[in-house]
Amino acid sequence: MPPEIEAQMNAKYGLDDPLHIQYFDYLKDVAQWDFGPSLKLTGQSVNDIINRSFEYSLLLGLESIFLALAFGILLGVIAALRHNSGVDYTAMVIAVLGISVPNFILAAVLQYFFAMKLQLLPVAGFDSFAHTLLPAIALATTPMAFIARLMRSSMLDVLSSDYIKTAKAKGLNERVVTYRHALRNAIMPVVSYLGPLVVAILTGSFVIEEIFNIPGLGAEFVNSVTNRDYTVIMGTTVFFSALLLVSILLVDLLYTLIDPRIKFGKEGGKS
Amino acid sequence: MSQPELNRAEIEQTDFEPLVRDESDAEKISGESTSYWKDAWRRFKKNKLALFGVGVILFLAFMSFFGGPISGYDYYTNNYAITNQSPSADHWFGTDNLGRDVFSRTWYGAKISLFIGIMAALIDVVIGVIWGAVAGYFGGKVDEYMMRIADILYSLPYLLVVILLMVILPQGLWTLIIAMTFTGWINMARIVRGQVMQLRNEEYVLAARTLGANSNRIMFRHLVPNTLGPILVTLTLTIPNAIFTEAFLSYLGLGVQAPLASWGTMTNDAIGALQYYPYQLFFPAFFICLTMLAFNVIGDGMRDALDPKSRK
Repeated sequence: MPPEIEAQMNAKYGLDDPLHIQYFDYLKDVAQWDFGPSLKLTGQSVNDIINRSFEYSLLLGLESIFLALAFGILLGVIAALRHNSGVDYTAMVIAVLGISVPNFILAAVLQYFFAMKLQLLPVAGFDSFAHTLLPAIALATTPMAFIARLMRSSMLDVLSSDYIKTAKAKGLNERVVTYRHALRNAIMPVVSYLGPLVVAILTGSFVIEEIFNIPGLGAEFVNSVTNRDYTVIMGTTVFFSALLLVSILLVDLLYTLIDPRIKFGKEGGKS
Repeated sequence: MSQPELNRAEIEQTDFEPLVRDESDAEKISGESTSYWKDAWRRFKKNKLALFGVGVILFLAFMSFFGGPISGYDYYTNNYAITNQSPSADHWFGTDNLGRDVFSRTWYGAKISLFIGIMAALIDVVIGVIWGAVAGYFGGKVDEYMMRIADILYSLPYLLVVILLMVILPQGLWTLIIAMTFTGWINMARIVRGQVMQLRNEEYVLAARTLGANSNRIMFRHLVPNTLGPILVTLTLTIPNAIFTEAFLSYLGLGVQAPLASWGTMTNDAIGALQYYPYQLFFPAFFICLTMLAFNVIGDGMRDALDPKSRK
């Protein structure tokens, strides 16, 4: 590269400033939600990339979170209600398998059987609801298994507590006892798992979007890593972290809404 | 709760014999004394699934050393005459797109995956135990600062940190392990800290201190051995996590580099050719799942065996 062009490029990207000035410039820009230009994809800014791809990831992520919660809670509750029965064992075998099968392997297997062999669902892409099903299932399975185990053990704890016995002794029917009294208290560990759940879905999206060729943020991140596109790596990392912090904050707020015993205040900072 | 039906057997007077009360007999301990570990082992043995897990791991460890020699092929020699063959008498698991023997590659991958998993977990244990024990034992300001550092690292998503580290650091097997342990130890530190905080006011600690033992001795001779149960359980459950991470990174092309083979890279290669050679995915995928399953059931079994609270 001729030295004139190199000087011009250095000036354009601010690379001839001392490092600390570059860093503070970058921080200033980030504070204004401007992650700078991409170093590999000329003419595109990191913001463009995030804006373009985030909606796919968000949609996929929400669908997976919904799947994981719905089936995880259902499985856990059923297992706890039929404690030590065949249903319980089956549910827990499913849960252990779900934890042991890595999401990218599950994704490949699902893709092979449902898309290539049976041709029920599209192989890749992200155009319709049918496209979202396989990636969402692949992403949701491991967290679902965790939730099922959490839900089962906390439900077993709750079901053997005194107020459940009281409720039953009062003559309330099984359904009311289970759903009004037990489920509400047993769901707390699952609520505190929501933070790790978001993390799992987010990092899982790195491979799942790659496998199913979804133009989401996770795939962009992995591309930027393999291309060594540093501004994109930094921008997406900051974006992921911000997203995560916001969702963890939301989970904490949700806590107080669900459980009135938890209050934010001066005392009781330890939790 | 309903009363269990009593089994009514025929009992006669002659079935009973008067026992002579003897002072010297009364003080005898008839059964063998059961230590905590013996008790735990007895409960662990009852768990068939966990024993199955132990068997699987032993088998994989054995094959990781002897699998290659058995097949008679090495894991890296290309042979373009026999690319993408199905499993046969010659190549038991078939060959991959460069004509390498998948059987020997699978066991070589087992070696790498197990090594990374166990190594990463062990380093996590060493750092986590020291960090947690010091923070929990001294408490106060020390604890405050040490755990804040841990909290800050913990708030970063594990895989994100590992991926970023893999970008910065030169690639290699140990880099992978270092990247994984960079934030991996925190879980262990938290568990040890909690346990040590519970135990540090026990009387045997006071007794040791009265006898003149210094902090180091109390921490690592008295407190840490008493937290071994939770440490072992966490260790066992960290291994499948590390194996998953290695496979995940290798799948993304950030982990183990060619010509080394790991289950992650083999999966990656196989997914590319999934439509034509689906059986190539089967072997690495099956063994990743089997290994993770085995460690998970061992960990669960150990938790049930070692944690007296969970006995139901």
